[in-house]
Amino acid sequence: MKHIISVLVENKFGVLARIAGLFSARGYNISSLAVSETQDDALSCMTIVVEAEDEKILEQIKKQLNRLVDVLTVTDFTKKEHIERELILAKVSCPAKNKTKLESILDKFQAKMIQHKGGIAAIEFVGQQQEIKQLLHELEQFGIRELVRTGRIAIAS
Amino acid sequence: MTGAQILFECLEREGVQIMFGYPGGAVLPIFDKLYDSKIRFILTRHEQAAAHAADGYARATGKVGVCIATSGPGATNLTTGIANAYMDSIPMVAITGQVKTFLIGNDAFQEADITGVTRSISKHNYLVKDVKTLALTIREAFHIASTGRPGPVLIDIPVDVQQAECDFLWPEEVSMRGYKPTYFGHPGQIKKAAKLISGSKKPILFIGGGVITSQAHQEIKGLAEALQVPVVMTMMGLGGFPGTHELSLGMVGMHGTAYANHGIMESDLIIAVGVRFDDRVTGRVSAFAPCARIIHIDIDPTSIAKNVKADVPIVGDAKNILGQLLEEIKKKPDTQKWLEQIHEWKARHPLRYQHHDNKIKPQFVIEQIYEATKGEAIIVTEVGQNQMWSCQWYKYDKPRTFISSGGLGTMGFGFPAAMGVKLGCPERTVFDIAGDGSIQMNIQELMTVVCNKIPVKVAILNNGYLGMVRQWQELFYKKRYSQTKLCNPDFVRVAEAYGAVGIRVEKTEEVRPAIEKALKIDNAVFLDFLVEEEENVYPMVPAGEAINRMIGGMA
Repeated sequence: MKHIISVLVENKFGVLARIAGLFSARGYNISSLAVSETQDDALSCMTIVVEAEDEKILEQIKKQLNRLVDVLTVTDFTKKEHIERELILAKVSCPAKNKTKLESILDKFQAKMIQHKGGIAAIEFVGQQQEIKQLLHELEQFGIRELVRTGRIAIAS
Repeated sequence: MTGAQILFECLEREGVQIMFGYPGGAVLPIFDKLYDSKIRFILTRHEQAAAHAADGYARATGKVGVCIATSGPGATNLTTGIANAYMDSIPMVAITGQVKTFLIGNDAFQEADITGVTRSISKHNYLVKDVKTLALTIREAFHIASTGRPGPVLIDIPVDVQQAECDFLWPEEVSMRGYKPTYFGHPGQIKKAAKLISGSKKPILFIGGGVITSQAHQEIKGLAEALQVPVVMTMMGLGGFPGTHELSLGMVGMHGTAYANHGIMESDLIIAVGVRFDDRVTGRVSAFAPCARIIHIDIDPTSIAKNVKADVPIVGDAKNILGQLLEEIKKKPDTQKWLEQIHEWKARHPLRYQHHDNKIKPQFVIEQIYEATKGEAIIVTEVGQNQMWSCQWYKYDKPRTFISSGGLGTMGFGFPAAMGVKLGCPERTVFDIAGDGSIQMNIQELMTVVCNKIPVKVAILNNGYLGMVRQWQELFYKKRYSQTKLCNPDFVRVAEAYGAVGIRVEKTEEVRPAIEKALKIDNAVFLDFLVEEEENVYPMVPAGEAINRMIGGMA
């Protein structure tokens, strides 16, 4: 099962390595990771999405995250009400003749075309996992050239 | 002040009286200031030994042990000692030099990313990039090392930071918003625990190193005596309850006593204090204490429910919690039948070995050391058979009298650790019980003990083998003794070459007189006991078995 874990940490060098180390030491792959400063620039928030092969081991990792000196709080959003979003940037093939068709799909999703040159459209979309999946599915017909995702971020609702 | 001056100002204010270490290029400014410092410095012959000596000092005194090494190889040589202290929750501050800040990451001469290397084997670590943060960093390091569940903290200081100047500001208070250990147990949980205890018929106290760290030995004794509950100890817990007490069942686990293992397995309530249910203690977890409910008291939440599920977890300091718990217990359990059962096990399955008149038995040597020192020595051990026999055949009545590498199982720990112990407790007799394999892993420290007049006694149980590995090869690998037969030097002459005293003991009747003689010598002594070669440590629980499935344990 995928877990979204939000970790509030001191904004210092080396903290990310400590946190990543707790996962990598067990051979756990981090699916996504988003890190940035919070409203307090001395603190950073890391949103980590990880596939837990064993819930007991994940519990242990969470406790060990909490034990790190630079960690203030650890929140597992998986069983909590929360709002989550992810930003994607995608490049799709889009010759002029297909532009209208692409735009109508983007409108449906409230996604944006932020650039169109040389037959390639750059698309920006913010949404939940299901929406992103659907959008990407629809974009496949155009041919997805490149895809970059920020990974999920979450906040309690 | 320069960074190096600030370092010593801080160390002195933290109450550091002794440091262990080795100089080098990246710590020259620090060693220059050391020249004028009041702090006693012990120059070891290897950085690993400096870390173990600081560790031993910390274990014996409860104070923070301090070691120092240069960058690169100096720092990497400390790592085994740091990992060792981490596994056994020992307060230690390790200081390393680092190449100049602008060279970091350039593969400079003697550069190693030691904060990266020690990240997973230290409680915390720091790379100091600005001299203005040095004083606070040192203050925090000592605070982190010595509070909560203690552990080693490394401070990496680049040469230019050691040389840089700034005003000295001593931070009176340390406050870290991400580091706030819990000291007091949750009252609701303590009530629940008290209720379970009152309702139990076969309770057992199961204590570990946390009892010694939190100085809860009096509370354990109080609880055990008031409620008439038997006590088993992990290796790290030895001395946390008097080994000669009638309620003591000694050590539990792979080489525990049969009665301790039966006691745990048959109990209906385990009161676990400062233990982490290590695999050497639990054996096969799925078969561990099938009828027992578990109360687990520990200051580190990550130790609870890690290996074994706890019915009543209580996070906090053992000393505080045990005090509260005893007050909360309204009705004492009736343990009379349970104690009768335990006495029967004790009578039926005592620890034993076959004495031999012509061959020195290693167990006999330890028994003789116990008698000759009247049980009042501090025993330090290496790792392997020597260690397990030391757990079984010496009785520890007081905390901090048994010093051994538990979690990491570091061969070569004992001798340098014994130096630290002796320096911390100069009035006490300190015996390192060693094997002929382990002693050679840090034998160069003979020079350190001779030079600094540290009269530790080393009993080498010389069987010509890496005994514990040989035992496993005998029992589980068809006696194929792959790389376990050792060629050894003449330990007596080695000791003498360094200026220590060497005594060879070849006959049973010479054992006691040799020990008595060594105790009278005001110098380091190597006692080379030529013991039975293929003696095994029993009882023994094979790996992956339930702990009542002992071999050679009369189970």
